[in-house]
Amino acid sequence: MTRSILAPALRSKLDTGDAQFVQNCSDMLEQLAEIDELLDEAAGGGGESRMERHRSRGKLPIRERIANVLDPDSPFLEISPLAGYDSDYALGGGMVVGIGVIAETECVIMGNDPTVLAGALTPYASKKWMRAIEIARDNRIPYISFVESAGGDLRVETGDNGRRRVQTDHFAESGRFFYEMIELSKLEVPTVCVVFGSSTAGGAYQPGLSDYTIMVKEQSKMFLAGPPLVKMATGEDSDDETLGGAEMHANVSGSGDYFAEDEVDALRLCREVVSHLNWRKPGPSPRFTPDVPLYEPNELLGIVSRDLVKPVDVRDVIVRITDGSRFEEFKPQWGASLVCGWASIHGYPVGLLGNNGVLYPDSAQKAAHFIQLCNQIDTPLVFLQNITGYMVGKDFESDGIIKKGSQMINAVTSSTVPHLTVTIGSSYGAGTYGMSGRAFGNRFTFLWPAAKIAVMGPKQIAGVMSLVRRGQAARAGVEFDEEEDAKTVEMVEEIQEKGSLALAATGAISDDGIIDPRDTRDVLGMCLSVVRNRPIEGTDGYGVFRL
Amino acid sequence: MSGPFDSVLVANRGEIARRIFRTARSVGLRCIAVFVEADAGAPFVTEADEAVRLDHGYLDGRAIIAAAVATGAKAVHPGYGFLAENAEFAQSVIDAGLVWVGPAPEVMAAMGDKIAAKRVAAAAGVPSLVSSNDPTSSDEVGFPMLVKASAGGGGKGMRLVESLDELAEAVASAQREAGSSFGDDTVFLERYVAKSRHIEIQILGDSHGNLVHLGERECSIQRRHQKIIEESPSPVVDAAMRTEMGEAALRLAREMGYESAGTVEFLVDDKTREFFFLEVNTRIQVEHPVTEEVTGIDIVREQLRIASGEPLGFEQHDISFDGHAIEARLCAEDPTLGFLPATGTLHAFEPSTEPQVRWDSGVVAGSVVGVDFDPMLAKVIATGATRSVAAAKLALALERLHLGGVVTNREFLVSALRDPVFLAGDATTDFVDNHTPVLALPAGAADRACIAAAMWLQHQNRSNDHRWAFAPSNWRNARLPSERVQLQLAGADACRTIGYKRGRDGVFITDDGAWVRVHGVNESGIDIEVDGRRSFTRVSHVRDVMYVQTATGTVTITVVPRFAVPGHDVPGGGLTAPMPGSILEVRISLGDHVVAGQTLLILEAMKMEHHIAAPFDGKVTDVGVSVGDQVDNGALLLTIEQPDPTDSDRGGQ
Repeated sequence: MTRSILAPALRSKLDTGDAQFVQNCSDMLEQLAEIDELLDEAAGGGGESRMERHRSRGKLPIRERIANVLDPDSPFLEISPLAGYDSDYALGGGMVVGIGVIAETECVIMGNDPTVLAGALTPYASKKWMRAIEIARDNRIPYISFVESAGGDLRVETGDNGRRRVQTDHFAESGRFFYEMIELSKLEVPTVCVVFGSSTAGGAYQPGLSDYTIMVKEQSKMFLAGPPLVKMATGEDSDDETLGGAEMHANVSGSGDYFAEDEVDALRLCREVVSHLNWRKPGPSPRFTPDVPLYEPNELLGIVSRDLVKPVDVRDVIVRITDGSRFEEFKPQWGASLVCGWASIHGYPVGLLGNNGVLYPDSAQKAAHFIQLCNQIDTPLVFLQNITGYMVGKDFESDGIIKKGSQMINAVTSSTVPHLTVTIGSSYGAGTYGMSGRAFGNRFTFLWPAAKIAVMGPKQIAGVMSLVRRGQAARAGVEFDEEEDAKTVEMVEEIQEKGSLALAATGAISDDGIIDPRDTRDVLGMCLSVVRNRPIEGTDGYGVFRL
Repeated sequence: MSGPFDSVLVANRGEIARRIFRTARSVGLRCIAVFVEADAGAPFVTEADEAVRLDHGYLDGRAIIAAAVATGAKAVHPGYGFLAENAEFAQSVIDAGLVWVGPAPEVMAAMGDKIAAKRVAAAAGVPSLVSSNDPTSSDEVGFPMLVKASAGGGGKGMRLVESLDELAEAVASAQREAGSSFGDDTVFLERYVAKSRHIEIQILGDSHGNLVHLGERECSIQRRHQKIIEESPSPVVDAAMRTEMGEAALRLAREMGYESAGTVEFLVDDKTREFFFLEVNTRIQVEHPVTEEVTGIDIVREQLRIASGEPLGFEQHDISFDGHAIEARLCAEDPTLGFLPATGTLHAFEPSTEPQVRWDSGVVAGSVVGVDFDPMLAKVIATGATRSVAAAKLALALERLHLGGVVTNREFLVSALRDPVFLAGDATTDFVDNHTPVLALPAGAADRACIAAAMWLQHQNRSNDHRWAFAPSNWRNARLPSERVQLQLAGADACRTIGYKRGRDGVFITDDGAWVRVHGVNESGIDIEVDGRRSFTRVSHVRDVMYVQTATGTVTITVVPRFAVPGHDVPGGGLTAPMPGSILEVRISLGDHVVAGQTLLILEAMKMEHHIAAPFDGKVTDVGVSVGDQVDNGALLLTIEQPDPTDSDRGGQ
């Protein structure tokens, strides 16, 4: 039986003939075109010549490996495709991570791109890898790794003075991946590793710690130390194939479970392994009528302005992503700067929270109330972030903005239903946290191209720092150089602005990627399906609410 | 015995059984079928109200009569072929107290003898070719002449003799053939008319002495002595000639006291338009529908009425002839292999629906076409105001037929129906030998068919997604290579790879740059637009084979598995059986070196020998069969290894 929530379709007041709307659309398409170019670049991995050399060895590029393991014509939701943006590393970071359907099973796939530094682990690849493991663990979906990696990136980075500016990572702390892989297995999350190339030293543990290992004839190599290191360590002469070739591991050591004739055959075996997992999803199937929204998803292009300054009614987004544009709004007259209520997306029931301006004490309390209600009924939450923060000022401090904002953050933190976050516009300060930002254990975070994420707006940061400098000058009794300050303000504003852009955030893998606003409904649908690989259960406990 | 009856057993199979049931039901008769094991899955069996198994074939008259008695059938209709012209069987039916739907056994017996028939014709004043029953005396007949078997048919026991010195040998050989084929070696001599046509007149007679004719039919094209295209009226018969021939046929019928439906065959001299009596067929003819279409008279219904003792409901002047009807016989046979019968499962069979196109078929989608019976699948009859309109409609109907799984003469028929010689009405008996059918697909049709197949598969794949069913096909938020599917078009040498990506607007762009829009898909096909050309393309999909309709017929496309399982593929030099059959001879043994073109073994199938030759030079590394083995279509027979092993990698991506 199919049914739907009984609330009627919401009416959108968006004027698609409005000049601002038209301008927003063309700005958005421009930003999407820029992203498209970057995605093309990322797909090129280490560049054409390396790609050619890889192919000339009869090997498939990582993206072809992935395309061939997926169920034909099925979607692929890539995670952080633009990792490493504006860095010294190749766009994408030398690793592809994504969620796809293999043998009707949602799996997270991580694959080294051997055309980038021979698949060595760049800092970006490491972070992506951890994210892949996290997705597998949080959502309880099988973890598939396509390994072809030179191992750690042994190059040392130093600043101008020969020292690193920040040094909080150390080898002693590394290896968490291996711990995590066994953790996955303990959680009954299957781990399947296809070794496409050499997988040495630490790399060898990746197949070693997987539930299933597939090796490719005359191509996969797996050893703790390669022939040169063996020679150095023990003086023994050896060659790749006898030391750690697929045949040896399949026939002698038993470290390879499946022996593939070639890469395509390895992908076939990988699909076969997933097909036998007998994967069952504990979460309920979509139970509501998944009728399309009454409003054109294409119009999502024109809702936010490039500078994010023009006001947005988040309901204009909601009606373009929910089934039949239906939305049952909770407390519409109270705490109106936070819009929340129930809807379904592709048949999956959700609780939606969106911002119509800054968070006031009452809107924060409303959010805390709503999050608790959704936890009571085991309903996933979707956060549509467009938030400049919690309201500041005398009246609001005395109204308890800290305590009421904390109530909201407590509810968000304690909530155990899956959280999906889409930053459609701004995401500043504690607003980022309250609206379930990346650090708040949400399952997926996506950005619209115009999104900005920072501790506060560039103007505010630059202005605050200017005020501080002015105070310091006054205390020191020196004359304040207005001209110099104006220059500094401008520079700080520019740097802060750039650092807050969606591309900067996504380049740092502080989200799962930038999406085309028109895809919002489908991306949420895929995520809502993925989260159902684990039972959806609301929390039965919260931190102490400061009341 | 005659009189009203409430049920009829059809002592036949296939299309004629279904055709008789159709009329019998329309006049309220219960329908009983008989069937043999090979027909157990045939539609006529399940469509009958009851069907009785025959253990010894359709010629077992005793069992058929027993079936009629057991099921309470009151009448027996023999159809054509099998026992239809067996006077002894007819008599047994009557003796069993059943109604025989056909002429009296005595009449059948008399007409079965060509010499006796000629005598009757003479008595009725119907001209026949000068003939002599004395095969040693040629004076009366003159040359050229034919030596013919008295009990003959189908060209058997027939010899053309140009001069006296050939006569003795021809008579001897005709007698041998007649003796072995019909159990009667009586032959006679008959004058031979070099340029001639066979034209036949359909007659109906009731038990009250009423007799009418329904005009003529002409067989335009035949192959291997079997008709494949027939029509009514004949392009060379005008109203006066029709009346003249019709009256001659009726005189003959009156002379023998003919009841039921029959056909009087004449030979017409192409030059003089003189006609000569040849023989009488005392049954319903395969090609009877063309007469029904131009006269509007249901011949089977008249047979049933006559058998029940009713008088004909009309007289000669009530009968009019409207338009032109042409019938084509769609057969499971391979025109490129000398019309060798073909077998297989008819995975797709869906006649087109056009007004005034009639399909009398014995099969449905899923029917198995075996070697036991005549390979005719269906008769297709098109009627139009003129002969050219009828021919055009028939050709189009055949092209629009959705058909797959078995090789047929469809393309040959279409090509013949559009041949200028045929359209001019000049086709003679040698037409097939001189006609080279155009069988190739029009340019681009194969590409479009493959794209349609790829899009169909794409849709199936999306329909089978139980996880992200809502997401658009091939959805990506970043970049992955094109979705690819490998297809093997029947008759083509190489596989085709169709690669495509789907754009946000729903348009698929193939790796070759074609723009493809899928407007809709249902269980019968796909509404697809390729570079601005749109059509609803009928598709049948059985396991890994797809039958895709094109403007000129159906193409067969095999989906190449995405992943080859090592060791499961046929070895590179493997030779497989081209059709089911038995191994007659094995000329090589393991380890032999063979050269390209050398016959390796001989397969006997459909009563013909097929030589399996080496495709290249090499060494025999495996022989999987020995003499006498029965092999299925596609069975691996032997393997040859090329001397220079290029050790090709298995394909795939």
